Amino acid sequence: MTTSTADKARHTVQQVLEAQRQQPGALLPILHAIQDALGYVPADAVPDIAEALNLSRAEVHGVISYYHHFRTTPARGPVVQVCRAEACQACGSDALWEHASRAAGPGVTLEPVYCLGLCATAPSMSINDKPYARVNPGKFDRLLAQLKEAA
Amino acid sequence: MTMAPITIYVPRDSAALALGADEVAQALVAEATRRKVNIELVRNGSRGLFWLEPLVEVATAQGRVAYGPVQPEDVASLFEAGFHTGGPHPLGLGRTEDIDFLRRQERLTFARMGITDPLSLADYQAHEGYAGLRQALALQPTEVVQQVLDSGLRGRGGAAFPAGIKWKTVAAAQAAQKYVVCNADEGDSGTYSDRMTMEGDPYMLIEGMTIAGISTGATRGYIYVRSEYPHAIATLNEAITRATAAGFLGDDVLGSGKAFHLEVRKGAGSYVCGEETAMLESIEGKRGVVRAKPPIPALKGLFGQPTVINNVITFASVPIILARGAAFYANYGVGRSKGTLPIQLAGNIKHAGLVEKAFGVTLRELLVDYGGGTASGRPIKAVQVGGPLGAYVPEAQWDLPMDYEAWAAVGATVGHGGIVVHDDTADLSKLARYAMEFCALESCGKCTPCRIGSTRGVEVIDRITKGDAQNKPQQVKLLRDLCDTMVNGSLCAMGGMTPFPVLSALNHYPQDFGLSNPERKAA
Repeated sequence: MTTSTADKARHTVQQVLEAQRQQPGALLPILHAIQDALGYVPADAVPDIAEALNLSRAEVHGVISYYHHFRTTPARGPVVQVCRAEACQACGSDALWEHASRAAGPGVTLEPVYCLGLCATAPSMSINDKPYARVNPGKFDRLLAQLKEAA
Repeated sequence: MTMAPITIYVPRDSAALALGADEVAQALVAEATRRKVNIELVRNGSRGLFWLEPLVEVATAQGRVAYGPVQPEDVASLFEAGFHTGGPHPLGLGRTEDIDFLRRQERLTFARMGITDPLSLADYQAHEGYAGLRQALALQPTEVVQQVLDSGLRGRGGAAFPAGIKWKTVAAAQAAQKYVVCNADEGDSGTYSDRMTMEGDPYMLIEGMTIAGISTGATRGYIYVRSEYPHAIATLNEAITRATAAGFLGDDVLGSGKAFHLEVRKGAGSYVCGEETAMLESIEGKRGVVRAKPPIPALKGLFGQPTVINNVITFASVPIILARGAAFYANYGVGRSKGTLPIQLAGNIKHAGLVEKAFGVTLRELLVDYGGGTASGRPIKAVQVGGPLGAYVPEAQWDLPMDYEAWAAVGATVGHGGIVVHDDTADLSKLARYAMEFCALESCGKCTPCRIGSTRGVEVIDRITKGDAQNKPQQVKLLRDLCDTMVNGSLCAMGGMTPFPVLSALNHYPQDFGLSNPERKAA
């Protein structure tokens, strides 16, 4: 990270802390706001968050690492989440996951997700939070091609 | 000459969006503009007939007429066929309310679902919305709690604890600040009724929580929604803003002098945060680790204060109980399972969707009469009811009426009412292994049976399925012992119920584990 982007990130963190620190149970909303703004929660932000909330750095780190949702490094390209839970398994999501693992490539962040609530239209996945249902390998490839075209 | 616009409905439910509802809506507007047809587009919730989504409806003199599943390329031919005046088309389904799947249901909680514009307060009130809160404000708080008690409403999240008893405990507790918390961490695969409610009828949840607040003396509420539900979060936030602006929330609810403030808290991808005490920890800004009980949350809950915690569907069932009376609601159902349950048909099933029925309906009715068998056309092999912690129910038990007690007696769980269907290509040893693997992944780590037991469970199942035949009976015994420890020694349902799918798979499908029946008995 260059100095100017590091400064910008720190400024964002400070703004979030200023706006949110007073609410009860502020840590999760703060982490969400930082990740929404920066795409991840930088390690550099941990001391500032800890100080603002009067917590130890270990406590803040413990919370960030506990929850699957928070990332400590930026995602590579679009975030593609493929559901691997039972209802999707019943409709072929294991094969979809295997296909996706081969087809995704380095420009995509492919992650498993455990239920998107689209269990009546399985298998399901999301791309940057946009939901897709009844996804088979062919549909996966078409969506991925559209992504690459858009990028 | 100006004609009144034709009202066309295209759902905004996530599942409809995932099948292209936004693209269909855009195509409808573009085609109507091109043909100079005056339309008013309403983005409604979903009716819950997911094999027909995107389901487009048109308001006609004969009532609402449905077409589906509609794709953008169908739009031109729909206009050509005069669908905007109810004209016939290959995708035509007739009047929506006459569709068999819908017509045979008993929709109390889901009465408005898919009919109204989810964010319109006018639409909500035109369909009995806020009648429950107005009634509650006319009663004494103790009378409101009594109504909930008398209705027999039990927690719809899975534990089935009587809601009224929780409310009574919180109402009687003395504290400067009490809370109402809605558990909207719907993490169970095969369940989506909470998501549909939040996206398709959010004011119903808000109304139910407001009634809980004013009757127990809690002035602050939180809705804990999982991060995997971005549309639900956005809809709820907008609904809360509008309800506050209109005086349904805030310092003076409908001029009653009573305050109730509501806020959405977003989860962060932890399944165990659906356990109520882990959820409280998470709202407090900590790791979502399970608390030991007692103290019960009704006395020492959020921030150590008395807290009403219920699931989305539990709160959402309250407005109609207040509006129509406890007796009306209690008149549905069987035994100690009163009222209705929004059941979710999911996985490999032909007519996947939401079926709200009174307790007493059988699995066979749901799977065959409503569900129509598998989507793949192959025979149904296994049915998991009640989420990842629910048992696989064999066909011999499909005629048992849905009733918390009757099901518990055979080791099955109603849970949150999710039903996941697998056809005969499913390998139950693989699903049992997955149950243990998921537990290992999502365990909060506080208690040993869950944290370590789940990992050992994966290993033992691997030794049963891949190991040599000589060793199998011993490994099966080991798995049963391990499950016994997890059931009896875990702090919460995560470790305590993971053995349910595992053991039911082992008991009912031993051949998938490479076991013959006699071997199973010997073990």
